[in-house]
Amino acid sequence: MEGFVRKPVSDIGIDKTIERLDQQKIKRAIERVLNEEVTVRFKIFLETCMRCGMCSASCHHYLSHDRDPSYAPASKVKLTLGDLVAKKGKIEKADLKRYARIAFTECNLCRRCTQFCPFGIDIAYLISLVRRLCGVLGVAPQFIQDQVYSHMSSYNMLWFKQDEWIDTIQWIENELRYEIKNARIPLGKKDADILLLIHGLEAKYMTPLLSNMLKIMLVSGVDFTLPDTDGWDYTNKSLYMHDFETMTLVTKRHYEIASKLRVKRILITECGHAYRAALYESARLLGWKEAPIPFIHAVEFFYEILTQGKIKIAHKVKEKATLQDPCNIVRYRGLGQKLRFIVRELCEDFVEMTPNQEYNYCCSSGGGMVDAGPPWKGARIEGGKVKIEQIKETGASLVIAPCHTCHKGIEDLIEHYKVEAHVKFLADLIAEHMEIPERLRP
Amino acid sequence: MTFFEIVRGPLAWVSFLVFFLGLVYNLYNFFKRAQKDKVLYGYFSLKHTLRSYLFWLLPFGSYSMRQRPLFTVISYVFHVGLLLTPLFFLGHIEMWKESWGISWWALPNIVSDFLTVLTIICGVVLLLRRFLVKDVKYLSTPVDYALLALVILVFLTGFLARYQMFLPYQVIAGLHILLGEVMLIFIPFTKFSHIFYFWLIRAYTASEFGAVRRSKDY
Repeated sequence: MEGFVRKPVSDIGIDKTIERLDQQKIKRAIERVLNEEVTVRFKIFLETCMRCGMCSASCHHYLSHDRDPSYAPASKVKLTLGDLVAKKGKIEKADLKRYARIAFTECNLCRRCTQFCPFGIDIAYLISLVRRLCGVLGVAPQFIQDQVYSHMSSYNMLWFKQDEWIDTIQWIENELRYEIKNARIPLGKKDADILLLIHGLEAKYMTPLLSNMLKIMLVSGVDFTLPDTDGWDYTNKSLYMHDFETMTLVTKRHYEIASKLRVKRILITECGHAYRAALYESARLLGWKEAPIPFIHAVEFFYEILTQGKIKIAHKVKEKATLQDPCNIVRYRGLGQKLRFIVRELCEDFVEMTPNQEYNYCCSSGGGMVDAGPPWKGARIEGGKVKIEQIKETGASLVIAPCHTCHKGIEDLIEHYKVEAHVKFLADLIAEHMEIPERLRP
Repeated sequence: MTFFEIVRGPLAWVSFLVFFLGLVYNLYNFFKRAQKDKVLYGYFSLKHTLRSYLFWLLPFGSYSMRQRPLFTVISYVFHVGLLLTPLFFLGHIEMWKESWGISWWALPNIVSDFLTVLTIICGVVLLLRRFLVKDVKYLSTPVDYALLALVILVFLTGFLARYQMFLPYQVIAGLHILLGEVMLIFIPFTKFSHIFYFWLIRAYTASEFGAVRRSKDY
């Protein structure tokens, strides 16, 4: 393909699967996705693009690759769906490989380009169609596929077993008792106010973060519970593959647990994609216009308990801090102002990145790029040049990232580009700086 | 029948008919097929749609436009010229009056001349941009150049016809009308269709960004 020059990267999830495909299968998948599933949007988006180039400079991949035109959002559509339409669906395996590479590792589906398009053409929707096409053929980065399979079998992303989950919560409870008097973490309690769901990583590798979140829950005195069955992990990695079947399975499970436990609201910790998936992406597919049970993000929860005085900040963060606006909760759900309220409560010296809020650049790890695993780490490090420049400009030594993906992505960027800074979650900062009332101290 | 009479008479009817029928067909097709889409009707929000129209029609109303001031000015002037001159140029209205006896407010000739020249200049700049700016060049296909060239030619021949330069009036005016008719016929079937798809796509994106995502699309 003209102008499309890339270093070869091998990913068995893409390369090996493509080897096994035959033309018949590819034809059937195209038929299914682009004839049966898509709606009129697909046609008019492709037909209306005037190739004006307004979207180019909105994309961090384009900017980070020295304005290489093949990274411009409209080019990514041209190189994938445009190519497919031009070839009338008769594509080679090499084409499919290029489509997968572009859709999974050169676009974070951040939708910044949609804000820049004079027509409002939803470029991310078009790229997600490419992901859907690849997804139904099983062509996707191996690491993403693995997580999706894990969701299918265990409702969590990391093949975590049910007894391991209960065991984990119990030992965290035990440890918390050194800090909070009679700490009690309810599992499967009925009629609680809040059902807390957590990130798979928090249960497996990042238990200090989970422990901090639970500490905040206990200190704020809210009536909450965690699930005692599979379905405690709110992540929904199938969104990245646009595997709607698994995606809705996972989301349905969460709402089912909530209704079985008769809770009033579902709360998730600091994550982006799961919030969007549960709130509307898969809720829509299940036939709900909006979330059937209020589904709130940790940012909304922290805002609530801080404004209601349920927790108090004892001492503020002294070092210069900046904030990463995760696309999935800010551009996709307008939590920017609440986020700023929390950060200002927490930090003495807060400096904004430019641009920020709904115009912020993606961390270059979102939309599944971090989940694509080690083979594609280089792609997100390269694409994150703009982000790291933005961070450097603020001069901050603390980057607050209220999203697992942004957190990991920026951590890797900081390490690679050797910037003197560190990344923190809100829960870590709040737990560290909040006041623990006398009555709760052991 | 002379060439001029043909383009002035039957061809004009054909082009208007094709344009309107094409337009109606496209819109009917869109609204019908949109019923299959769970998102388009289900999440439509008039408030956010109007908000988005407003900010995208005001010069420098959107964040995107503010980032690219030069391109914004050029394409804005180009589009204003494209909309105003065909409808409000005195010579055009005279023709309506001659045929159907209807007329409406017209732009002073000096203004329409000025707008025409500006439109041609902006069009040429946009065409050069397609050739010279790397990312736009990469994206452009032959059709993109051709359509832009067609628009420029329509305006150029129109200007020449008004001052009766180079060729006899009947020839140059006939050419102007013919190209204008070709453009009109092309509107529903080529990328010119962005004239009406703009409103539909913006409505979708504005509703998604405003009502669902509680964010901004401008």
